[in-house]
Amino acid sequence: MNTRQVGGEDPDRLYIVTGGRLVARAAAHQDALRRDGAPNPRDAVLDLVTLVVGVGVPPPGLPTEHAAILRLCSDGPLSLAELSSYLALPVTVVKLLLRDLLAVGRIAVRPPVSAPAPDRLPDLETLKQVLVGLQNL
Amino acid sequence: MVQRAAAVRSGPPLRATVGDALKIVIVGGFGAGKTTLVGAVSEIPPLSTEEIMTTAGVGIDDPAAVADKNTTTVAFDFGRITLNDRQVLYLFGAPGQQRFWFLWDQLFGGSLGAVVLVDTRRIADSWYAIDRLEHHGMPFIVAVNRFDGPRPPLARVRQALDLSPRIPLIECDARARRSAKHVLIDLVAHLTDLHSAERTP
Repeated sequence: MNTRQVGGEDPDRLYIVTGGRLVARAAAHQDALRRDGAPNPRDAVLDLVTLVVGVGVPPPGLPTEHAAILRLCSDGPLSLAELSSYLALPVTVVKLLLRDLLAVGRIAVRPPVSAPAPDRLPDLETLKQVLVGLQNL
Repeated sequence: MVQRAAAVRSGPPLRATVGDALKIVIVGGFGAGKTTLVGAVSEIPPLSTEEIMTTAGVGIDDPAAVADKNTTTVAFDFGRITLNDRQVLYLFGAPGQQRFWFLWDQLFGGSLGAVVLVDTRRIADSWYAIDRLEHHGMPFIVAVNRFDGPRPPLARVRQALDLSPRIPLIECDARARRSAKHVLIDLVAHLTDLHSAERTP
């Protein structure tokens, strides 16, 4: 557990990868980019454990961090938390980049469908699957 | 520490068929052994990620605010266990201190339950976490990480934690895979028991 100033070794990186965007402006930007038929990126459930799958090969000219996400997801699904770790970017910033990629249809996301609803216990079938998985460790 | 520029993944990739991710949160004070426990059972070396917070301890959702000098990042560790062809379990290590509780929604939202990992040399570190978990109605068990040195009996630890008799209290060795695995199994068993309790009030 530790805290430190953001961007200690690379002060401008967060500003550059997000284009210095405010969330509202980022949403407008994503609307402009959005392809016909692509889901609204703002509707996507982006949890720490939402799994991200790349769609197709990174097109030339894609910003470095976006291309890195597609490369990381090229040989299997990867969680938002793992992407954040491998890219060394805060979770909030990775969410914004993922919404960019959703808008242009370059990724698909798999939300945590068996996660319990607030104030509810996980369902028994899920618990059974987890138990079996853990016992096989 | 994570690699800064390489952006390469470590450990085996997830199977392409995996589409349902679950999470369990390990809460504990500094040095209680959260990362050790995660590392003992994870199929990938524990990773560290970070989220932006204000120095006032409030989470923010606007990346533009990172330019503000009143923001810091808070780091947290996690690992991964593939359960079957379809499901994967992520384990997050969460700091228990008050100022990091803004991560609550991100870490605990949708999680199966929590484990409070206790270092008996620093019992007081766990009070706040236990209080918060109870307040939010998040199901949890408490695991005492056995370090070398004096081993107070569990009954005394329960008393010192002011822990309800309904909450399981167990011992573990966070370094040992088998022991760490049993901590998780005990949590799942507790969650299953809570189901039965719900059906027979």
